[in-house]
Amino acid sequence: MGAMVITAPELEIAVLVLGMVILLVEAFATKLDKRILAFAAIAGLAVVLLASFFIAPSPAPNQAAGFWSFYTADRVAIFFKQFALLTTIFVLIMMTDYAPTVRSSFAELKEGRLPSHPEDDPRRLGSRRSLMPGLGEFFALPVFTCAGLMYLVSAIDFVFIFVSLELVTVSFYVLVSFTRRNPMTLEAGMKYLVLSALSTAFLVFGIAWIFGATGETNLQRITEALANHGVVAGIVDPGRLGATISPPAASRLVGTTTIDHSAALLGMVFVLVALGFKIAAVPFQIWVPDVYQGAPTPVTAYLSVGSKAAGFVVLLRVLQPFMVLPETQRLIVLIALLTLIYGNLAALPQANLKRLLAYSSIAHAGYLLIGVVCFDVRAVTFYLVAYLLMTLLSFAILIIVAQQTGEEISDFDGLARRSPFLAFAMLIGMVSLAGVPFTAGFLGKFYIFYAAVLQRQIALIVVGVITVGCGFYYYLKVVRAMYWQSAPTMDNIPVNGLSRFAISALIIATILLGIFPQPIFDALKR
Amino acid sequence: MVLLTIFCPIIAAIAIMMGASARKTALTASVLTFAAALFLLASFDYSQRNFQHVTSFPISPEWRLSFTTGVDGLSLIMVLLGSIVTLAAIWFAGAIDRSENAFYACLLLISGGAIGAFASIDLFFFYAFHELALIPTFLLIGVWGGANRVAAAWKITIYLAIGSFILLLGLILLYQSVPLGWRSFDIRALQTAAASGQITVDAQRHVYLLLLIGFGILIALFPFHTWAPEAYAAAPAPAAMLHAGVLKKFGLYGLLRLAIPMLPEGARHWATLLVVLLLGNIIYVGLVTIAQKRLDWMLGYSSVMHMGYIFLGIASANVLGTTGAVVLIFAHGLSIALLFGLAGELRKRTGTLAFDDLGGLAKVMPFAGLAFGLGVFAAVGLPGFANFAGEIMIFFGAFRDGWDIGHFHIFQVATVLALWGVVISTVYMLRAYRRAFMGAISEQWKSLLDLRPALHVPVTLLVAALLCYGFFPQSFVRMVAPTFRAYLSANK
Repeated sequence: MGAMVITAPELEIAVLVLGMVILLVEAFATKLDKRILAFAAIAGLAVVLLASFFIAPSPAPNQAAGFWSFYTADRVAIFFKQFALLTTIFVLIMMTDYAPTVRSSFAELKEGRLPSHPEDDPRRLGSRRSLMPGLGEFFALPVFTCAGLMYLVSAIDFVFIFVSLELVTVSFYVLVSFTRRNPMTLEAGMKYLVLSALSTAFLVFGIAWIFGATGETNLQRITEALANHGVVAGIVDPGRLGATISPPAASRLVGTTTIDHSAALLGMVFVLVALGFKIAAVPFQIWVPDVYQGAPTPVTAYLSVGSKAAGFVVLLRVLQPFMVLPETQRLIVLIALLTLIYGNLAALPQANLKRLLAYSSIAHAGYLLIGVVCFDVRAVTFYLVAYLLMTLLSFAILIIVAQQTGEEISDFDGLARRSPFLAFAMLIGMVSLAGVPFTAGFLGKFYIFYAAVLQRQIALIVVGVITVGCGFYYYLKVVRAMYWQSAPTMDNIPVNGLSRFAISALIIATILLGIFPQPIFDALKR
Repeated sequence: MVLLTIFCPIIAAIAIMMGASARKTALTASVLTFAAALFLLASFDYSQRNFQHVTSFPISPEWRLSFTTGVDGLSLIMVLLGSIVTLAAIWFAGAIDRSENAFYACLLLISGGAIGAFASIDLFFFYAFHELALIPTFLLIGVWGGANRVAAAWKITIYLAIGSFILLLGLILLYQSVPLGWRSFDIRALQTAAASGQITVDAQRHVYLLLLIGFGILIALFPFHTWAPEAYAAAPAPAAMLHAGVLKKFGLYGLLRLAIPMLPEGARHWATLLVVLLLGNIIYVGLVTIAQKRLDWMLGYSSVMHMGYIFLGIASANVLGTTGAVVLIFAHGLSIALLFGLAGELRKRTGTLAFDDLGGLAKVMPFAGLAFGLGVFAAVGLPGFANFAGEIMIFFGAFRDGWDIGHFHIFQVATVLALWGVVISTVYMLRAYRRAFMGAISEQWKSLLDLRPALHVPVTLLVAALLCYGFFPQSFVRMVAPTFRAYLSANK
């Protein structure tokens, strides 16, 4: 029994090994149909997901030492590891649907043509020396991203947060600009690269300020340091300091008995800027619409769900020490208000569905930030789960429909006649995003607003209700296109078995969680 | 049996979407629902005022949230109204020229949602079931609506979405205003808590205001009413019947169920505001109704106007007034459904509902003329129809038992003003009847056909129910008065 216990870090190692195996197979077995790699990755991640339900608990954070002082496997961490795995599995399924688009973009590269020529037939171009070149990386990179996300949700030390965040971000650099012959994708990749690097700089700078003020990088000890008003500051380990800070500075820090709160706060603000970039909070959202629109659609879905969820988990962990400072809450209230207003108002006039989902992703960051203001971990978690289901559902359908017609909302005209199944799935996704009862999206909003009413956050509530009204307008625009408008063509849209299964699973989960939310809370409690 | 009334329409809607024959399935489901409601009525135990036929499935013990359904006198009347109007609306619907299945599925979802809300004892499902109707309404108006359907569909959807979220905040605040140990989504538990004085005066005032605005938007209370006439004019007739007849009554039911027993202080505090607004409904909207030039808009405005009387009964917060409000809710639901259904039939035949184009239709459509006349008489509150019974109880209740604010007899003044509303509604209803059905008939309508015989059934059903409870309102009074007596005595 004892020998068979799985510990949490083994999950990440398994995922990393899986990613490397896929890369190696891709390198040596060039004749292989690359989609087999995707199925292998899906199967491997599913096994890891299954294993994650049997892991041993980690030591409590206050008595943790060594490895466990920067890595935790508490309930939240394990839950979000499963979250990351599930997201990655769905994204990989979407990627298999999206593979023809990627393939054709590479074929164009070889023939030196301009992209998006209508006469390009991907099937004709597929019979080359290497079938579907580059697709192997396309399927392997999400696995590495997944490992990064899994590390990230476990990170309780700023250094470890930084390292795992970089693992996620660097693999996203490649993924976002994967179909690089498309100028919009290239623009997206460039914007993401530059702004992400900038936000990383802010993160490091912020960490440095916090370290300078408290002498700690471990979140638990920063909490103690800030709560005890510097009593703990004397217990800084000089040996650890010596490596990073020059001796005079270190000795000065060790000697102090009070903590410079404004310095710590400044550091927190810098960290908040970096995380605001990850979660797409205003005013750090500028990159979102262009990157979301330009990136390959499965990558957009991944950015919008995986990256954001991990961002929120880190945000909650990082903010915990600083919640004792009243300025923190005020600052986040302000960011939440701006995010709600900007995301929802800017979404109103959008005609491109991918762009609409980009703005809606900003809007949902606003609702999630209400939960962060109230510091209700359960509400935020539930909202993220609901958000995962409905966003992946919408993107999955977008990918399938976009290959037939396009990404504009008007390309969905008459979808109800062309494919009632896809239209119904999209209907569920949209009403859940808007927040209609009996869907997970409604319960998510319910718990968020519950927390807000409990804490009497009047401004957030008022703005929240108005923006919910906006949300109904722009989400129902899609419903309107599918059910009111008549279709320009009447041919059916083919959906392969795996996607049909994935979409059905998402629909059922969205509705079930809208009626029985308890499993999520039980998973957090256990 | 209660579950049957809720899930029969919903399951039928799913079956129809899966491809079952639309009209047959819908009719079967609505007949079954009606039969189940009649069974509930027949087996109703008048001697007890608690909920009957209660079934409960726990959902979240931590939040004390469970899917609990059951009926007492008040909700049974609402369920009965819902099932009658559903049957009539489905019967009136007839053949639909595009996407028939989706049309019937939407109708059944509205009906199931409304009945579910009336029969839920749990606050969460009470709210959630009502919202179930939101998207079907959007689609019904948007896809199958008449002229102006796009604007009307957006307007009703945005209005109702915001209204429901304000309502949701009110409900959350209500849940939170009860001390931790008492907290529950079960309405009965909340009432017990309220009766033992657990909800502070301050909290009652805040919650009541939120509920009044939230429900007010859903009911089309005076400054928030503009969505209603536009939507009803654009909606296909069965949708207007169900929405104006049943779904809009959800807000009134909610006020009676939640505000009367739990928030007496809030009601007292905001009574002046409510009285002013309801007079806006009766007088202002009444005058606007007179000015209408189209039958469908006139009916839409009149349905907004009549909400004013019901609000008066609720605001007066005494047994007579609230009982009258229930009777009027029932009666108005039936009469407005009848009128919308007939107006829809007229529009199918003539293609227009402008008064200037109509006239003398009773000559070629005698049955429709008779039925419309009965509907008009019911709507203006002629004795013999249930509307009269409801209105007279409301007026007596408000005039005799309404309280005063300082030395100002606000309810007596309001009642006297509201009485003028009866005159106003007589003016517009009879004028409409005269201009559509009486007078000289224009040449182009001479070949119109009367209602097909099958439609005599729903018309008879609606009129019979109106007359039945017009002559015997006592049976309703016996059902709801004990409930309200308990609610109101607990407050004192």
